[in-house]
Amino acid sequence: MYTMVLSISHRLTGAFLSIGLLALTWWLVALASGAGAYRSAVDCLRSPLLQLLLLGWLFSFFFHLANGIRHLAWDCGFGFERRQARASGWTVLIIAILLTLLCALWILRARGGLI
Amino acid sequence: MSLRTPMGRVLGLGTAKDGVSHWWAQRLSAIALVPLTVWFLASLIRVGPADFESVHGWLAQPWHAVGALLLVLVLCLHSRLGLQVIVEDYVHQAATKLITLVIIDFAHALAAAASSFAILKVALGGSA
Repeated sequence: MYTMVLSISHRLTGAFLSIGLLALTWWLVALASGAGAYRSAVDCLRSPLLQLLLLGWLFSFFFHLANGIRHLAWDCGFGFERRQARASGWTVLIIAILLTLLCALWILRARGGLI
Repeated sequence: MSLRTPMGRVLGLGTAKDGVSHWWAQRLSAIALVPLTVWFLASLIRVGPADFESVHGWLAQPWHAVGALLLVLVLCLHSRLGLQVIVEDYVHQAATKLITLVIIDFAHALAAAASSFAILKVALGGSA
């Protein structure tokens, strides 16, 4: 995997997750506002658009997490050779996709929706 | 000997000498977020986020609330630092850059205050 593509993807997923931070805040405030408000928030999160966003945030989180650990390894001076960097890039992508699928399927099987 | 041009000095261009602390804070928050985010996500999945009573009861536990507080505050810091880098790299018009950075700062202050307050309200026993 070309390091250039992954580098911009790290920023894109990071920026997208920042929007997720606002959603997390909204969800926490709904939880603090009582059962009725929480019910409405969950209903909203169960709409198709929000389910898609949740899936996007889930993937972005796993990707940003795995690639972030790769960046931390680089900061410590490991894995700079082109072959290593491309191999770790593929690893990051595969891990992110696998974890997203695993997590999403697990939740879907238990609850029939991504919340 | 300084290699800066007189014009650059007058315009205040060049390093502000706080780049390292930004870099360091970004890494420290990244390291802290690895266990915090994984713990939070795993707990939510285990507890079942759809049911108000179980999520509320889970977050009301002292250590869970402390963990969630740490999570949202470190998230806000990490997100703010990351977005700042993106804006500084891609937005070149000075006024637009400044306004964007101010909006990002305000949004993160709001997110930090609101999410912390929400967690504290749940943990300290608001209306359940």
